[in-house]
Amino acid sequence: MFRRFSALLLGLAITAGTVQAAQTDITIGMQLEPPNLDPTAGAAAAIDEVVYANVFEGLTRFASDGSVKPALAESWEISDDGLTYTFTLQSGVTFHDGSTFNAEDVKFSLDRSRAENSTNAQKQLFDGIESIEVPDLQTVVINLSAPNGALLFNLAWGDAIVMSPDTFDKAKTEPVGTGPFKFSRWVQGDRIELEKNPEYWGASAKLEKVTFKFISEPTAAFAALMAGDVDAFPVYPAPENLAQFEADPRFSVVVGSTEGETILSTNNKQAPFDNKLVRQAVAHAINRQEIIDGAMFGYGTPIGTHFAPHHPAYKDFTDNSSYDVDKAKELLKEAGFEDGFKTTLKLPPPSYARRGGEIIAAQLRQVGIEAEISNLEWAQWLEQVFRGKDFGLTIVSHTEPMDIGIYARPDYYFQYDNADFQKLISDLTLETDEEKRNIMFQEAQEIIAADYVNGYLFQLAKTGVANAKIEGLWENSPTQANDMTEVFWND
Amino acid sequence: MLTLLCASVIIFLALEVVPGDPASVMLGVNAQPETVAALKQELGLNVSKPKRYFNWVSGMLAGDFGVSYTYRTPVRDMIADRMVISFPLALYALLLSTLIAFPAGIIAATRRGAVADVSVMGTTQLGIAIPNFWFAMILVSIFAIKLRWFSAGGFPGWEAGFLAGLKALTLPAIALALPQASILARVMRSSLLDTLGEDFIRTARAKGLTAGQALWHHALRNALIPVLTIIGLQFSFLLAGAIIVENVFFLPGLGRLIFQGITQRDLIVVESVVMLLVFAVVMVTFLVDIAYAAVDPRLRRRM
Repeated sequence: MFRRFSALLLGLAITAGTVQAAQTDITIGMQLEPPNLDPTAGAAAAIDEVVYANVFEGLTRFASDGSVKPALAESWEISDDGLTYTFTLQSGVTFHDGSTFNAEDVKFSLDRSRAENSTNAQKQLFDGIESIEVPDLQTVVINLSAPNGALLFNLAWGDAIVMSPDTFDKAKTEPVGTGPFKFSRWVQGDRIELEKNPEYWGASAKLEKVTFKFISEPTAAFAALMAGDVDAFPVYPAPENLAQFEADPRFSVVVGSTEGETILSTNNKQAPFDNKLVRQAVAHAINRQEIIDGAMFGYGTPIGTHFAPHHPAYKDFTDNSSYDVDKAKELLKEAGFEDGFKTTLKLPPPSYARRGGEIIAAQLRQVGIEAEISNLEWAQWLEQVFRGKDFGLTIVSHTEPMDIGIYARPDYYFQYDNADFQKLISDLTLETDEEKRNIMFQEAQEIIAADYVNGYLFQLAKTGVANAKIEGLWENSPTQANDMTEVFWND
Repeated sequence: MLTLLCASVIIFLALEVVPGDPASVMLGVNAQPETVAALKQELGLNVSKPKRYFNWVSGMLAGDFGVSYTYRTPVRDMIADRMVISFPLALYALLLSTLIAFPAGIIAATRRGAVADVSVMGTTQLGIAIPNFWFAMILVSIFAIKLRWFSAGGFPGWEAGFLAGLKALTLPAIALALPQASILARVMRSSLLDTLGEDFIRTARAKGLTAGQALWHHALRNALIPVLTIIGLQFSFLLAGAIIVENVFFLPGLGRLIFQGITQRDLIVVESVVMLLVFAVVMVTFLVDIAYAAVDPRLRRRM
């Protein structure tokens, strides 16, 4: 009898103990489910949002402030001519299946991504790599055909992570990486579970278990946070509810920056937008603050060119295209469109585009431009606008980091063709000096701002909602990821 | 069989004309054209259309639905995973709707014009008018956010226990059942009223049966035929038509699979799921025909 009683007491003590200890599991809400879990096999941001820095690592990685840090490469040396990068790898690294990580894995992964038949969505990251050598198992040498100031940055992308030749073909459904968390299970349509990797080579994760839950409907996301089914929603889909969460002491609202330049993309080859005066008129007809307030509930930073405002090389060109209806009308008159004209405004699904589009159409109407709105799904948008180039105007957020180089591609969907700009970007790629690169980036920003290539609207904000007791979540989004290594519950 | 074959041709053709291809959706805006071409090759998308149709149909006959373009897992497994949610949910909702509709319809019919009848008719009018996603949101805000009796959505999986699974499906089932129950109750009422006016009921009463006995032994059985038809239609609808409610409760069911499949242009998944639903509708219609025979012996000979 007494023994049973003491066992009961012990049982009570154990349960009481677990109640008091800090929670070590977390449920993260995401709007979209990743189509697969291999970051080298698709452009979907949701893939990186689950596995980047958690399951998979590359030679370098992004820190939360956007700087590039060593990851699997402990250190590196760059030859004086900028053509040879020698990486020294971390020692004692193992994959989640127990096999040892070495330089051959790096060579295999990078060679696979840059191969002829590669299906890597960001294959351009590996342009200019001539060969990869493995002098010993702790060293990787990358030889370039021309200097590339962005190589370390490029290698930090999720599309450049390292996998083992033994497991890469299963990575879409059972990823095996080197990161602080191991993949544990995927209930398709519902959730993905990761568990802590006790063998991790670096500082180990503070959480034992991370669950990513997929909730596409904004109202359902709201309910799930309110009911406590989800602990955090790092990219919360309904900005209209943020004020309510801010007022609630149980939650904290995290507002950070992203790499998403949201622009009114303009077809530079389609009349009348092939006329710079018309593009300039459109730029002056747009009231950015009204769009940020109306479509994004005040979250977002106005931009005047295609560059992230938090980057040290950013220059503010918003005055260049300030809101001025009279000037816009004058410019249209000068261009010969005194009575205005008709065009199309094709909108992809995100709310910044659909809501922003309504506001922009109304603003354009004030200067006499009739923009006929059509709402497209992503697949249709890719087909018609992006590939078919059949559009006048469209709104889209370019979320890839440091992507001003797209303006040097004349066949890119907005079809901007400027030889000076193309020369500048190819010089910039060859330049390895940080300071000189920043000056050249500023020149590039100025050229496209002065040419009014697109209507520059705002930098997308990252608005997340989390339980107030959670700490360590990324505030900004230098790449679309949820690094869970530093996250913990502060009870 | 012919129905299924025709359906397969229509489904295939309808989806093939939809613009957009899965490879470019997967690779996004930075991909180089040769990368897209390489992926198309890998997915087998550069095979001619008739050949793809033939592969699809012959695969299905052998029980192989192919491999999803985006998820790269067998479609059969994906459908099986979703079925264990959608099928019980549809059944649960149908059960609730029948449990509500039968008594409500019978009471309304037997007390025609009385307070009970008027209130049943009024409530069912409201039940039909309320959109089920809105009703679902109201349920969530009361029972999940305020009272915290249920979670706001999601599904723990049947391995978490039968009761846990059932609990997760309760709010969605109620949201789905309400409009169905309203329709069914009205059908039940009018069908029963029609039957109660028939000569054989008068005969039964003349034999000395009470109103209740006549109802239970004679009227109800005859009134069931149209009700069964509606139940059959409703089951097919609940199986496929729960897309919106599944989204509100973020349940990984068939409806969401179709929705995801369409946005990602994962055509093979959409084609197979729709085909399966056609098959389910045909099966349910068949079962309803059998049920007719059970309630009406005259139909047995005709079959």
